[in-house]
Amino acid sequence: MLEIKDLHASVEGKGILRGINLEVKAGEVHAIMGPNGSGKSTLASVIAGKEEYEVDKGQILLDGEDIEELAAEERAHKGVFLSFQYPVEIPGVSVTNFMKTAINETRKAKGLEDMPAKDMLKMIREKSELLEIDRKFLSRSLNEGFSGGEKKRNEIFQMAMLEPKLAILDETDSGLDIDALRIVANGVNKLKNKDNAVIVITHYQRLLDHIVPDFVHVLYNGRIVKSGTKELAHELEEKGYDWIKEEVGA
Amino acid sequence: MSKYTEDDLREELKTKEYEYGFYTDLKSETFPIGLNEDIVRAISKKKEEPEWMTEWRLEAFKAWKEMAEPEWANVHYKKPDFQAIAYYSAPVAVDPNKTLDDVDPDLLAMYKKLGISVDEQKKMNNIAMDIVVDSVSVATTFKKTLGEKGIIFMSISEAIKEHPELVKKYLGTVVPQKDNFYAALNSAVFSDGSFCYIPKGVRCPMELSTYFRINQAGTGQFERTLVIADEGSYVSYLEGCTAPSRDENQLHAAVVELIALDDAEIKYSTVQNWYPGNAEGKGGVYNFVTKRGLCETNAKISWTQVETGSAVTWKYPSCVLKGDNSVGEFYSIAVTNNYQQADTGTKMIHLGKNTKSTIISKGISAGKSQNSYRGLVQISSRADNARNFSQCDSLLMGNECGAHTFPYIEAKNKSAQIEHEATTSKIGEDQIFYCNQRGIDTEKAIALIVNGFSKEVLNKLPMEFAVEAQKLLEISLEGSVG
Repeated sequence: MLEIKDLHASVEGKGILRGINLEVKAGEVHAIMGPNGSGKSTLASVIAGKEEYEVDKGQILLDGEDIEELAAEERAHKGVFLSFQYPVEIPGVSVTNFMKTAINETRKAKGLEDMPAKDMLKMIREKSELLEIDRKFLSRSLNEGFSGGEKKRNEIFQMAMLEPKLAILDETDSGLDIDALRIVANGVNKLKNKDNAVIVITHYQRLLDHIVPDFVHVLYNGRIVKSGTKELAHELEEKGYDWIKEEVGA
Repeated sequence: MSKYTEDDLREELKTKEYEYGFYTDLKSETFPIGLNEDIVRAISKKKEEPEWMTEWRLEAFKAWKEMAEPEWANVHYKKPDFQAIAYYSAPVAVDPNKTLDDVDPDLLAMYKKLGISVDEQKKMNNIAMDIVVDSVSVATTFKKTLGEKGIIFMSISEAIKEHPELVKKYLGTVVPQKDNFYAALNSAVFSDGSFCYIPKGVRCPMELSTYFRINQAGTGQFERTLVIADEGSYVSYLEGCTAPSRDENQLHAAVVELIALDDAEIKYSTVQNWYPGNAEGKGGVYNFVTKRGLCETNAKISWTQVETGSAVTWKYPSCVLKGDNSVGEFYSIAVTNNYQQADTGTKMIHLGKNTKSTIISKGISAGKSQNSYRGLVQISSRADNARNFSQCDSLLMGNECGAHTFPYIEAKNKSAQIEHEATTSKIGEDQIFYCNQRGIDTEKAIALIVNGFSKEVLNKLPMEFAVEAQKLLEISLEGSVG
């Protein structure tokens, strides 16, 4: 589904990604781990198409199509979803209104009519039940005054509504207590199926106890320096990242 | 990555022109330019006014001659040459005893272009409309239906002739002739406008609306609106305005007076979309307007305005809360883009006991524009337990525009409770990217963010207007992200 080939990317002239190779197939869960500053969030932003990031070399293919020339919204229309590490606030715009706009804009891009209000409401009801979200929450302004846990849960709710092909969860576990973590992880697991794929970006192993990855990659200094199965995550948890740094240095 | 950049947006903006910028070639009778006593007399004569009205105008003119144009507002412009403007212009085909069937077909074609179908008006069930082109009222709809309830809705010229007792009693009581420079000018030369009277205890069954249009070049528009809500009555009033795109600056100096007698309520909504000038700041309407309402006991006046047009705006719809327990409200969205300048706000004058006022102002600045909120909350010594809540929020786009807040508070009674909140924010690239990532393109994202920001005010507009206002906000800000 997603194929990244020798990807180099920079922001404001500063090289951050220095040759990433990654292949994610439908039905798979990949975890990307690594120390601070290794380029994890940059990778997520580059895949999603954030403007400030410049691709200097390499390719990002989604279902075989090079998406580098596409704007962020066009990538979203093709099924790329990013759960933000720091979701932004949009005062005065309710979660429901935001989702309605997002869904209808995506439908418009595909040449479809707006989703009938009745279907929209039904979908909102189903997805909010699935994720144990109080529906009062949906009429609040997007992320305004939300707790850390509410923000992340809202991200997963949006993922549920948009039904992406490829979901990238950027540090979704940060700022969550154990209960919130469980709810968010359960949500992701419920949305997971053989036709979609998830990339989990995280610092810690604990989220991976709940969302079990098929593959774990270690990102360091803008490169994937080690790949393995979920055991690699345990090893990292135990030993930290220093041994990887040494291995790479050697 | 190929992106929809700011430059692309700017380019697109240049091609999106002011939609109402056309000029209709109507046969017009226009007075020679310049202003003197003879012109004032001539206007009055043309309108076949009674002598008291002519005298009233002359008194205003005398006062105006002694007055100086105000300079305290946070706006900069080349002062109009008041001797270079024509003070009266009227499409000649207008007959004072007109029915819609007699209206000049060119005029009808113009309304159509403006999106007002007068014929449709007949069928639409909840808006009665008065249309003012240049200096005169050209069509008033639904007169008969309203007449059955005793509601008077007509042009002010007609009202001066048909209901002199009402006009004489109330004209100039809220905005005196000498109130300020532009109000004095308006009092001397106003050529038309709307008049509305709602009898005791009557709830006006439909929205009343006036649509203003400046068509002729080199003319000023000076309309006068007088709305009287008698005891226990209710009316909701809407006004909209557009003008052709011209390189010269055109002057619009209106006066609106509202009188809400005991237990009456007036809701006055404006969507102001005068020509704002082009992207380089050339042309555009100078909008110097005095709007004020008087509340007697238990009365309520709500001003709601969406200001997107004009090159320079100077406007402070105000409430004099004279009666005990009276309520004043001001809800405003002011958008400035390119080189537009707006200095707008309100005055809440608390005279009666237990009077309450609410001010919600949302300023949105883009391009190289300057947007100022200026408001006065005044509590007099006998206004026990007066309360005010003010909220002024500014939203900035880009780095070249300005937002300013000038709140004035004068409290002479210790029991007063006054709250003031103000925020300034910027549409962030993070917000835009967040929307983009959810499949919402940049234009739509801005519209969403701006509508969210303005929601509290948009919610106060009557339904039909709210939709129009939302669209207008989007058009006014197209291509303005920075």
